[in-house]
Amino acid sequence: MSKATGEMVANGLIQGTKAESKQRKKGFFFEMRRHGALYSMFIPGAIFLLIFAYLPMVGLVIPFKYITYSNSFWSTLFDSEWVGFYNFEFFWDSPDLYRIMRNTIGYNVINIVLGLVIAVSVAIALNEIRNRKSAKTYQTIMFMPYFLSWVIVGYLAYAFLSPNGFINMGILKPFGIEEISFYTDPKYWPFILIFFAHWKGTGYGVIIYLAAIAGQDQSLYEAAAIDGASRGQQIRKIMIPLLKPMMIILTILAVGGIFSSDFGLFYNVPLNQGVLKETTDVINTYVYNALMSSGDISLSAAVGLFQSVLGFFMVVGVNWIAGKIDPESKLF
Amino acid sequence: MGTSISRTTNVIVNVFLIVLVLLCLLPIVLVLSVSFTDETSLLNQGYSFFPGKFSIEPYRFLMETNLSGILNAYKITIFNTVVGTLLTLLMVALYAYPLSRRDLKYNNFFTFFLYFTMLFGGGMVPWYLVCTQVLGLKDSIWAMILPSIFNGFFVFVMRTFYKSTIPIEVLESAKIDGAGEYRIFFQLVLPLSLPAIATIAIFTAVGFWNDYWLPLMLINDPKLSNLQYMIYRIMTNIQAIREYSQDASGIATSLANAPSEGIRMAMAMITMGPIVLIYPFLQKYFVKGLTIGAIKG
Repeated sequence: MSKATGEMVANGLIQGTKAESKQRKKGFFFEMRRHGALYSMFIPGAIFLLIFAYLPMVGLVIPFKYITYSNSFWSTLFDSEWVGFYNFEFFWDSPDLYRIMRNTIGYNVINIVLGLVIAVSVAIALNEIRNRKSAKTYQTIMFMPYFLSWVIVGYLAYAFLSPNGFINMGILKPFGIEEISFYTDPKYWPFILIFFAHWKGTGYGVIIYLAAIAGQDQSLYEAAAIDGASRGQQIRKIMIPLLKPMMIILTILAVGGIFSSDFGLFYNVPLNQGVLKETTDVINTYVYNALMSSGDISLSAAVGLFQSVLGFFMVVGVNWIAGKIDPESKLF
Repeated sequence: MGTSISRTTNVIVNVFLIVLVLLCLLPIVLVLSVSFTDETSLLNQGYSFFPGKFSIEPYRFLMETNLSGILNAYKITIFNTVVGTLLTLLMVALYAYPLSRRDLKYNNFFTFFLYFTMLFGGGMVPWYLVCTQVLGLKDSIWAMILPSIFNGFFVFVMRTFYKSTIPIEVLESAKIDGAGEYRIFFQLVLPLSLPAIATIAIFTAVGFWNDYWLPLMLINDPKLSNLQYMIYRIMTNIQAIREYSQDASGIATSLANAPSEGIRMAMAMITMGPIVLIYPFLQKYFVKGLTIGAIKG
């Protein structure tokens, strides 16, 4: 969902900041008397944010404590003993750090690059085929996986990969190749995870780029055609250069999220199998398992904070770069 | 003339696209086929695109022993989706409206108050403690609704929409006619914003329908499982299916020779069936919405 809406925000924020220049030089109470009704519309959202976003920020003390569970939030937080940076040091020295950082960043980099290449090429292909009706049908089908939950995707993967699954019984066995135990062997998972990431996400990216192509100035193509340029030349010299700014900005913004992964993909598709950790464990699943399986609240919170801080600087930095390239695309 | 690709290229590109389309469809077809395959032929020949021996046994088994459990999960999912989506729309539309007004002095504060939460968060652990210890949401139906009823992304989409489509003159003339802000909002602004609201509604509804995350974190009671969480638990452990059956003692004996592989896949079909069937009708709103928000004019 966050990828789905990232660009929308970009758009929303850009247009928002321009208008807030002229302000009245009147006091707080004057403003409230005048616009009280309007301000009251902020109340439900503000309460939500206070409870679900700001109150948890008080919990940022958790990584610095040895948490002993008690019944109330405040005593869990404040009656526990301070341990300084112990939890961070523990994480820093553990072999887990390298593994989850490598997996998180590695998968994100591969998926960003591959996602861009696939989305742009499929969008161009859909735009170019002659029969508009089949283009529409292809697009509809490719977008469908986007609507299925990760749990369902886990089932679909299982149908192919289980010992009884299609790959083992339908392909390998007839050729006399030995059965592969996918759910116990980590080495296959980079391919599987990357495949399903794009299986589910491609349709979305295609729509974005397809719309961008549809919005391009057609007179450029007409002029090029009159000058004798082939359609292939038009694609290479007009269409792709025109798409470039969008490709750059969307990629840069995606890089902002490089420290967080799609939990659903990495948790549901490998069925959270511990033996697959080497290639399937990312920061998000690590934080989840530390909290829910091993019950190590402080460690989980420490890694979570580590991720939040890295993510914060990444987004701010990336936004700064995007602003340098194209001021319009700046988030704030 | 160079206005379209050549006939041969057209064929090649079509083949390429058809391969991709098949890749998208085949996993679903495989699950569908397995769910209609006889259990013994599943065990002998494995999963295949063509049922070795056709059987409706998995569905019959589920109808007999798990109908009430499935209906209950549907009921929970539908309740969460409807209530969650309505609340989200109300919260988002309300917060975004004053943000879109140029004459509010403290708009910057409220923009930042929201925007900061999109940049930085306390993380999962404190969030979990707030949900369980402060709000007592563990094993409550509201656990699957309340934590998701607000969304910063949608607020900014909504604000942009208000700003770009609602003429300021309309608001001013309504004010001159003596309408209050709430009346203007509900009777003028909202009806004019239906396209944006429809888009956000579909996104939100799909999010609630597909949600397994909140029950995973906060629900243990099988009676409160939504569809996704039910099939998540059955995937992890087929025995969990007992917790969704009418009579826990009877099934304990019959599960031993039940078509368990087929049951799993039938469960998946029962869950995704409705989405796959209504998707073609919703698709165009989705596409429209994506392009409203994402593409700059």
